Amino acid sequence: MDDGGELLSLLATALAASTPLVYAAVGETLTERAGVINLSAEGSMMLSAMVGFAAALTTGSVLAGFAAAAATGALVALVVAIGGIHLRRSQIAIGFVLAMLCADLSSVLGGPFVRVPGPTVPAMSIPVLRDVPILGPLFFRSDPLVYASYLLVACAWVFLYRTRAGLLVRAVGEQPAAAHARGAHVTRVRTAATLVGGALVGIGGAAYSLDFKAGWSHRHTAGYGWIALAIVIFGGFDPVRAALGACLFGVLSSMASLGQSALPSVPAQVFSVAPFALMIVVLALTSSGLLERLGALLPDAARRPLLRAFDATPPAALGKPYPAAADGAEARPRGADQGTK
Amino acid sequence: MRIEIERVAKRFGPVNANDDVSLTIQAGAVHGLLGENGAGKSTLLRILGGLLRPDAGRLRFDGRPVALDSPADALAAGVGVLHQEPLDFPPLTVLESFLVARPRAARAGGGARALLPGRGRAAGVFLPRRAAREELLALAARFGFSVDPDEQVARLTLGERQQLELLRLLSLGARALLLDEPTTGISGAQQEALFSALRRLKQDGKAIVLVSHKLSDVEALCDRVTVLRQGKVAGEAEMPAGAARLVALMFGKALALPERLPTAGDGVALALEDVGFGDHRLDLRLARLAVRRGEVIGLAGLEGSGQRLLLRACAGLLRVRRGRVAIGGADLTGRPYPAFLRAGAGYLPADRRREGLIAGLSIEEHVALRAPRPGVFLRPREIRRAAERAIEALRIHGRPETPVEALSGGNQQRAQLALLPGDLALLLLEQPTRGLDIASARWVWEQLLARCRAGTALLFASSELDELMRYSDRILVFSGGRVSPPVSVADLTLDRLGRMIGGELDEPAPAPAEPAAPARSDP
Repeated sequence: MDDGGELLSLLATALAASTPLVYAAVGETLTERAGVINLSAEGSMMLSAMVGFAAALTTGSVLAGFAAAAATGALVALVVAIGGIHLRRSQIAIGFVLAMLCADLSSVLGGPFVRVPGPTVPAMSIPVLRDVPILGPLFFRSDPLVYASYLLVACAWVFLYRTRAGLLVRAVGEQPAAAHARGAHVTRVRTAATLVGGALVGIGGAAYSLDFKAGWSHRHTAGYGWIALAIVIFGGFDPVRAALGACLFGVLSSMASLGQSALPSVPAQVFSVAPFALMIVVLALTSSGLLERLGALLPDAARRPLLRAFDATPPAALGKPYPAAADGAEARPRGADQGTK
Repeated sequence: MRIEIERVAKRFGPVNANDDVSLTIQAGAVHGLLGENGAGKSTLLRILGGLLRPDAGRLRFDGRPVALDSPADALAAGVGVLHQEPLDFPPLTVLESFLVARPRAARAGGGARALLPGRGRAAGVFLPRRAAREELLALAARFGFSVDPDEQVARLTLGERQQLELLRLLSLGARALLLDEPTTGISGAQQEALFSALRRLKQDGKAIVLVSHKLSDVEALCDRVTVLRQGKVAGEAEMPAGAARLVALMFGKALALPERLPTAGDGVALALEDVGFGDHRLDLRLARLAVRRGEVIGLAGLEGSGQRLLLRACAGLLRVRRGRVAIGGADLTGRPYPAFLRAGAGYLPADRRREGLIAGLSIEEHVALRAPRPGVFLRPREIRRAAERAIEALRIHGRPETPVEALSGGNQQRAQLALLPGDLALLLLEQPTRGLDIASARWVWEQLLARCRAGTALLFASSELDELMRYSDRILVFSGGRVSPPVSVADLTLDRLGRMIGGELDEPAPAPAEPAAPARSDP
């Protein structure tokens, strides 16, 4: 009888489902904007989810759980920072190994906590805003963690595009050599971005185990870390678009459960994969040069926001250690090759 | 600011890049630093800019000894370096790139904009976009540069990026400016704007160092010149000193221009008929072009006006939108790249390190890649001999196992030439002498002209008007989204070529009829 209400509650569930992804994807976006790939998100999220749940259970405080999860995520990120930034080893290899290691570690250490009931983030609807039609039930009848994620997305955007430090993060991710020449401490900025990003991935893990699907079981968050990494790329390394991507994923995956019951003949996997198929289509469209051609027809004022909104170019120095090679090839001036000609 | 360089030395392995270099750069003067490739100019510039630490010797700025550990140190001491490839951030906007890592003090220096006391800290956290925009625009207006703060840096030309970097250095209080080959790859108008800005800065009392291998730049701008040769100071001269003397100082001998005898012969090497080609930005038309064997066609115009597109279309790397392309009489329209290669087309792109050669592979491996004999396994001895022959023939400074990225620009160009098959019908070159010193450039042209005498037709794009006028038989001018009909060099002057590049393509109205007549009477 009330289709609108049903749709709203579906969307609200979807938004809640996407909260862990929002934290993780925004955190990873921050890291990657500084030119570092922290590929450990899958394991890091899982381990943080376990540690966060365990800490909240033992201390009885949800906040302590989140703090422990953030610390765990930052700790994993520290390994990436030391190996990939300071020792200039392959960030891909380090991250991948960590992803597997942490996932297994969560199973080993998390044994005692499997299927134990524990604390969760209490629901809290916001007094006035919850009564706003449509927006109220959609956004403001949830819990503090979800509200904090709205704030996080806004803060991440302001940080990246409106603060000196955020500009430095972007600069270091694009042209570390040029940033260094201007007096920036490339390694320091990258380390900071990696640690903060890691902590957010950790909070994403706890958002799963203390809120979205409270509790702990073997490989509780399986798949969410990889999905977060994919969302960062499809989101064009922008926090707002990453958050929208996470929401899109939430919507499509909660529709999958609906679709499954409505269309039992279609395998459920079709629905869970659909978001990515859709995002690939969007990406293919936006990177085909079609937009560039379209933009060329528009005046500057319209062209810039359009191109910026769909720009999905990764930071130029993403995953590349700085200074470039351990043997200091970068430091060799042009004139120092095989002598004078 | 007065810069004194005292007995500076820097070694890289066995190479003395700078060997006991002493010189003084006066405030309010433009000091030229000349020398062939590898003479040590760039090393000295990097030492002054804080990018390299010298092994011995010291620097004094205004009489005070300084130790520079980083470019930021150098800038704090008042030295700003304008690199050949400006150190900016292509994906950012002009304003953002201007603001990256900008010290807070630089903004406070503006003074007039008194901030509310309570906002002091917040202003340090957030980007001072409005203030920076005003400062940038005011500075740009002072030097007559046109700057759009919201444009993406990636969409600017090299000359515009250079102007932006210059403004940034000045806004940070640079009292000495070091410019590394600033006129490479920028348009004539931009060069004029740059030179007049530099003359102004000179009058303001800045010390300016101009590193160049172009004598014309040095003659136009410098008050004094120091010539480096093999890491040592070969000599100093007050300007004007005369080109011959400078060349003699640079190379230890006078150089003769390669003789330019007509090489155009009979037979058509390349025929284009009513071709249309382009990319998402440009859509160009060329009614008719018949290039004879041994003929040299110059492609003039500001960079990015479509010269590269034409070269790529002739090389088979870009499909023409309409019309016909034939090489050596064979119609290749719409055929794949290998068909063009078989027909004898060769293409040397401007970006040697990224497009022309494969960084990470050695000279030997490059030779192996175009192995004439098919087979599964590499034949090491045969390949080594071929590589040694190529190195010998083209006097490449390197060994068969030297990775190509370790070669200097001149040697990379030699390596590219060495890798071309011997009997090309058509050779397409983009900026064939970019980054090469006078002696290397002349040597490259000797090689190219030798190929022309053997019957290879040459199409080359260049931004050097002298080069175009000296070596071309006919010139196509690219300007404002159009291509001129071929103009015989005999009908051109430097001035007229410059105006055509500037957009006056229509002036030589009778040109379409002309090229055929003098071209035929050439041989």
